Amino acid sequence: MCTTCGCGDTKVVPVDVHEKILAGNDRVARHNREHFAEQGVLALNLMGSPGAGKTALLEATAAAVRGRWRLGAVSGDLATDNDARRLEKAGIPSRAITTGQGCHLDAELVHHALHGFPWRELDVFFIENVGNLVCPAIYDLGQAANVVALSVTEGEDKPLKYPVMFKAADLVLLTKCDLLPHLDVRVEAVLDGLRRVMPRPRAIQFSARTGLGMPEWLSWLEEQRARVPSRGSTAPAHTHPPGEHVHEHRHGDGTVHAHSHDHAPGAGHEHPHDR
Amino acid sequence: MHEYSLIQSLVTRVETEARARRATAVHRIVVSLGELSGVDPELFQTAYDTFRAGTLCERTPLELRRVAARWACPACGREVARGEALSCDACGLPARVAPGGDEILLETIEMEVP
Repeated sequence: MCTTCGCGDTKVVPVDVHEKILAGNDRVARHNREHFAEQGVLALNLMGSPGAGKTALLEATAAAVRGRWRLGAVSGDLATDNDARRLEKAGIPSRAITTGQGCHLDAELVHHALHGFPWRELDVFFIENVGNLVCPAIYDLGQAANVVALSVTEGEDKPLKYPVMFKAADLVLLTKCDLLPHLDVRVEAVLDGLRRVMPRPRAIQFSARTGLGMPEWLSWLEEQRARVPSRGSTAPAHTHPPGEHVHEHRHGDGTVHAHSHDHAPGAGHEHPHDR
Repeated sequence: MHEYSLIQSLVTRVETEARARRATAVHRIVVSLGELSGVDPELFQTAYDTFRAGTLCERTPLELRRVAARWACPACGREVARGEALSCDACGLPARVAPGGDEILLETIEMEVP
């Protein structure tokens, strides 16, 4: 400060922030995760290249668990709602999240998609991400686990080429394995690549067409379901007044949107919309 | 091309901090990018140069620090050689990446304050 005339000299200071640039997304993701846990819904983020067989995997899964589990899905797509329509036809209540130019889903898009979608009644909720092996990897959506579909037609070196995606994967489904006799791809080479990029490598050889790997995939799903608390059993400290909680948040296009959520009795969560 | 949405979050965060401290100017921003953060440093810089026009960061240089990904055993600390399987032969445990190697962090904002 200038002591001569009090004109207010400024000074340059370094402000140490040391904060994740995605901290805002991560807050919304925690909010989504708490909602899923509170309702006992297993939420899975399904990622993979365009054409890796994500939608076919879900169609085959729906047929395999029909009458036993209630599945639901939101599908991220740049321009169409084709995937959501395919899933509806397969008996999976679905909603499209059209991202326009967006190359990935983020926690806010998923949160928004949950409104008006009957996700609470589901056993397994799939978030089918935009087909892309790069961008979706770094966005937490609030899922319990990440599943990456990698089709054998994509080549042996994909794990080493996209280490960030496979590092994030809890499970890799090696899809279209029925095509292996027609390809030069060696499954062992793919698995070796996965061990170099995934600290806990786990892969299932799968074919939506022949049913190869379906029992292993269903038992992996069972295993994940067993980790989800049963409906209404979680009760983290509530930071809202009792009863309904209402809040508003701003979307990417600047519109402000207010909404309410119901909470299970005694349950609550951190409030993420403080940006 | 998620670099643009990251830059948008970065600039918004810097502007919020600058306003809270009634800063008159922002002189420098330091961001560290882990090798496994999923961000391409050159694309990140390009996105910043495009997006900063008309913001408080219009004249602010962005300094990027690249952090290599180092994997090591959480028990014995043995480092995994580059390109090797990510587990410890001796302890049989999955390796863990050292802090920063997979993160995108806003480290420091240098600003002019009253």
